[in-house]
Amino acid sequence: MLLEVEGLTRRFGGLIANDSVSFGVAAGEIVGLIGPNGAGKTTLFNCIAGHDAPSEGRIVFAGRDMAGAGPERCARAGIGRTFQIAHSFGSMSARENVMVGCFLRDWSVRSARRRADELLEFVELSPRAAVQAAALTISEQRRLAVARALAIDPRLLLLDEAMAGLNPQEVRQAVEVVRRIRSRGVACLIVEHVMEGIMPVADRLIVLDYGRKIAEGTPDQVSRDPKVLAAYLGTE
Amino acid sequence: MIRRAEPLALPAALALLAALLALPLWLRSPAHQNLAILMLMMAQLGVAWNILGGYAGQISLGHAAFSGIGAYTTTLLLMKAGISPWIGAPAGALAAAAAGLVIGWPCFRLSGHYFAMATIAVAEIIQIGFGNWDYAGAAVGLTLPIDRDGWTWLIFASKAPYYYLALGLLALTLLVAFAVERSFLGYYFRAIKDDPDAARSLGVGLARYKQVALALSSALSALGGSLYALKELYIDPPSVLSTGLSIKVALVAILGGVGTLFGPVIGAAILTGIEESTRTLLGGSGRGVDLVIYALLIISIAVYYPAGVLGWVGARLRRRAARPAAR
Repeated sequence: MLLEVEGLTRRFGGLIANDSVSFGVAAGEIVGLIGPNGAGKTTLFNCIAGHDAPSEGRIVFAGRDMAGAGPERCARAGIGRTFQIAHSFGSMSARENVMVGCFLRDWSVRSARRRADELLEFVELSPRAAVQAAALTISEQRRLAVARALAIDPRLLLLDEAMAGLNPQEVRQAVEVVRRIRSRGVACLIVEHVMEGIMPVADRLIVLDYGRKIAEGTPDQVSRDPKVLAAYLGTE
Repeated sequence: MIRRAEPLALPAALALLAALLALPLWLRSPAHQNLAILMLMMAQLGVAWNILGGYAGQISLGHAAFSGIGAYTTTLLLMKAGISPWIGAPAGALAAAAAGLVIGWPCFRLSGHYFAMATIAVAEIIQIGFGNWDYAGAAVGLTLPIDRDGWTWLIFASKAPYYYLALGLLALTLLVAFAVERSFLGYYFRAIKDDPDAARSLGVGLARYKQVALALSSALSALGGSLYALKELYIDPPSVLSTGLSIKVALVAILGGVGTLFGPVIGAAILTGIEESTRTLLGGSGRGVDLVIYALLIISIAVYYPAGVLGWVGARLRRRAARPAAR
């Protein structure tokens, strides 16, 4: 397993956001993390990306314990992420946004510019390379965030609601990008509300509800699981 | 932003450089030469401040501490040990960078306004410290020996050599700022300024790179402080360590355009011009009027042109360039 989460618990005072969650992501695998609002998906994400530290439990990435390591060390170890709200560097062009990520592995400006252009082409943003990031549409900023996260050469990419607020055509485009990410050998852990976005690409789904893992399996298995249906539809 | 090289940029720059080099030959009055030196020195401090405050977005209101440390190091080494400023000024730069690292370690845990407030407090402490340090002249200050002069000691009876020193130091500082802007450091600094969380997720250590910016910025400021000491031949805490100076340095960069290479140079020209003209126009009765004008300037920049003079000009140019394309 590339990523192994064991018994991860995150408490905020009396509130338990994640309750002893365990799962793994294999190299090159696409795993979806779904669940109703407030299920603890983003907290779990932030713990894996190093922006938050678990209260208990272990996060092992490529054989190293990463719990509480901080986002800088997680990035260096090969965990890339996007944010729920696109955190673009607004005053910089799309190309420059991606270049910032490239500098983690190589300080040369020239090679960063070349790699940034390749990655922008990969997410179909080449024509917008020189545009200030703040002037891009939401869909474009999401794809820019993916290109920027790929720039650090990650082995695992965490995508936080990369498809929220996109129209059906943009969702198809995003699904296509995820498929191509996998073909580069990068594993993906995807938090997603848009089911048309996650069902066709995920190898496995993990379902969270009230901070606990209630189901795990292929999209087919999970969508028939009575516990999952109960969590989403509220039937007892 | 990639700037397209204008075909006239190089000849224009060379003509400007020639004019600047020839200026003391034409501008013969010591008072006018002094004004030109003040502008250059203010511009240099502004460009140095801009590396931390403009590119990396960490607003320091205590930069006089660093220029002051440079001034004191150079002066003390010269007076007490007979060491030439050619060695003293770089030593002062190292001392200021070291002080910056020590100050930055706690202060960079704070962000935004809290960082700015902390820099004021630390600079005040340093000013009070020097004001009570007998070896460094305490409140009386230090007078540099004028029995040594010439290029070995960088002490001169006339103004023109100081003009060339100030011009050279400004050029050096611009060169460093330019190199920073073009290297990965410039990208990292702007990323930290725009969105610290996203920068961290890309492996940018915030504290580390803020420290790099502060060390560069404080070392260059110290060189400016050393030149001030050599030019005035007298330093005391109010003249080189005051909060007023810190604010003026920040204002020079903010007025001209934060995060732009030449913004502080324009800011320094405008600000020094205002200061001197109110002084000459109003004479003794004009004391404090320059401060009133500063205040009005700060308010109008904040309200109307947060990007500064260069930012405003840049936006106008971009708009003009975009207009024919839109039609």
